[in-house]
Amino acid sequence: MAPLVEMKNVSIAFGGVQAVDNVSISLNPGEVVGLLGHNGAGKSTLIKMLSGAYKMDSGEIWINGKKVQINSPRDARDNAIETIYQTLALADNLDAASNLFLGRELTNAMGFVDDDRMEAETRKIMARLNPNFKKLKEPVSALSGGQRQSVAIARAVYFNAKILIMDEPTAALGVHETAMVAELIQELKKQGLGIFLISHDTREMMELCDRVAVMKNGQMVGAERVEDVTEDDILSMIILGKNPKAAA
Amino acid sequence: MSDQTKIPPKRSFVQTLEIDMRLLGMIAAFIIVAVAFNILTGGRFLTPRNIFNLTIQTASVGIMATGMVFVIVTRHIDLSVGAILAACSALMAMTQVRWLPEFLEIGHWAIPWIAIMVGVALGALIGAFNGWLIGYQGIPAFIVTLGGFLIWRNVGWYQTAGQTIGPLDQTFMTFGGINGTLGGPLSWALGLAAIAFVLFAIFKSRHTKATHGFPVKPMWAELTIAGIAVAAIAGFIGVLTNYAVPERVVARDPSRYGCDVAEGCNAVYGLPISVLLLIGIAAVMTVIARRTRFGRYIFATGGNPDAAELSGINTRMLTVKIFALMGALCAIAAVVASARLANHSNDLGTLDELRVIAAAVIGGTALSGGIGTIYGAILGALIMQSLQSGMAMVGVDAPLQNIVVGAVLVFAVFIDIQYRKRVGAK
Repeated sequence: MAPLVEMKNVSIAFGGVQAVDNVSISLNPGEVVGLLGHNGAGKSTLIKMLSGAYKMDSGEIWINGKKVQINSPRDARDNAIETIYQTLALADNLDAASNLFLGRELTNAMGFVDDDRMEAETRKIMARLNPNFKKLKEPVSALSGGQRQSVAIARAVYFNAKILIMDEPTAALGVHETAMVAELIQELKKQGLGIFLISHDTREMMELCDRVAVMKNGQMVGAERVEDVTEDDILSMIILGKNPKAAA
Repeated sequence: MSDQTKIPPKRSFVQTLEIDMRLLGMIAAFIIVAVAFNILTGGRFLTPRNIFNLTIQTASVGIMATGMVFVIVTRHIDLSVGAILAACSALMAMTQVRWLPEFLEIGHWAIPWIAIMVGVALGALIGAFNGWLIGYQGIPAFIVTLGGFLIWRNVGWYQTAGQTIGPLDQTFMTFGGINGTLGGPLSWALGLAAIAFVLFAIFKSRHTKATHGFPVKPMWAELTIAGIAVAAIAGFIGVLTNYAVPERVVARDPSRYGCDVAEGCNAVYGLPISVLLLIGIAAVMTVIARRTRFGRYIFATGGNPDAAELSGINTRMLTVKIFALMGALCAIAAVVASARLANHSNDLGTLDELRVIAAAVIGGTALSGGIGTIYGAILGALIMQSLQSGMAMVGVDAPLQNIVVGAVLVFAVFIDIQYRKRVGAK
């Protein structure tokens, strides 16, 4: 069976700086792949080419064994790729429902935005993700970090994503909310989603991921199954940019 | 989670009604201004005649202010609206007075409509060009429209060779105010239709909310809102239909005011067509803002441009559309402004850009983006116009008038910022 996602020999440069240099990576259904590396290693840039925020200079993206073109966030969505950004990408002045459906509003027969139906759908999915979520009428700027995170996650989950990209999903969260995200990742995994996870926290990644891929200076150092490596191995990959497994 | 333990706070009267506090504040400010001037002028300010004049003086700026809300909400600015108004007015005047009469006889029914279409097309085109420079070429809106401010009025000047063009077409002039009013019966018919629609909308919305199982306001709150709306509409129509047409005006053209004879006929002006146009545009713009994807994207882009972009919204094209709409509204405002004066003169709409921006800002539109309402902008325009004509009636010196208007503008924004800080909104 073909992998869910295959990025082959992908490169992008910004004004002479090779941010991502000939990187290949794959993701299978029901698998969580963690991307690790220092700031500026190219993790976020790599993933933004998959989510359509950046357009790659060269390389190919294959989804379910088919080659696809991703030139915009809309293309990514059409391929059932959803992204939860580090900065959450919420419009602070709008309420939760408007944010959840932003760019994909439900409309009525006359083509008008159907706020009531969107609110009803938001209530439904929030009851599942975060039962404490009650502030449906207020702009999301009035919400706590955890509540904002649940809006961002709801947005990704609601539209039946097959491929989920989570860029530092727990960076702004407390202990309780971090646990909630971990639980959710397990649940989505069971449903057969493929998840790319970006984080700085090596220990958290060892717990959540099936495989971890380490990047340094825009290049892929290596991707290993978590049961095959120790946390120290990962750290040395991040710091030294060498894969001890490959060397052995 | 923090909201787990929160008990619902006791709700005040205003909260139960779910009225926007800002709207309430603006209405209060407007009432204070109106009553104060009424006392100072010895009761001349709140007469049907003066209220009628206020509304027709507000129409042109009000129409443009609705478009300026969208521009400012997306964190842009348009300094060229007065100049675009002048360019469109010049083209429309030339079309109906000089060019079309060469092919069609003067007074032909098609002349005003062709002129208006040409003008609106020019306005939309200029706006779209501005939007393209801003959205696709990345030139700041301030610069593009500052250039436009200098360019477009003078393009109009070249068209007309600096002359005043007139008199305009008779039908065209009915959009100006006093030359085109609906009279008593038609004004009341429209008023009743508006009341029926408002009641229908309120209870339809309540019904929809109930079917989705959302909490609804108590019935008395719903009825209070409905009562206020009905009273406001009826009061507005009542005032305008109390402005009698002077007998000598009726005598000139009795049939126009629905009179069979010139003598002893009591005709009233009623709702001016220009004000009806403003109300219609305000309604359409409010629907656009609240119930269409276009409107939703405008507010999303204003709140967080990156988020909008990442949600698949084409923010560049959105900018073009917003400025094109602004340009088209300038052209419609040009119809009203030139029709009111019965001719096009080159200084038409001078300084309107500042009045329009001030109206939007006094009406609660935030320059930081993402926040603004159409009704607020129109109320802002009305407050500005009331201040200006009120002070003129009282006999305040001209320089002092501008000082007061300027101070009010800054003070209004100060209050708005303080209010936002208190309620914790952005």
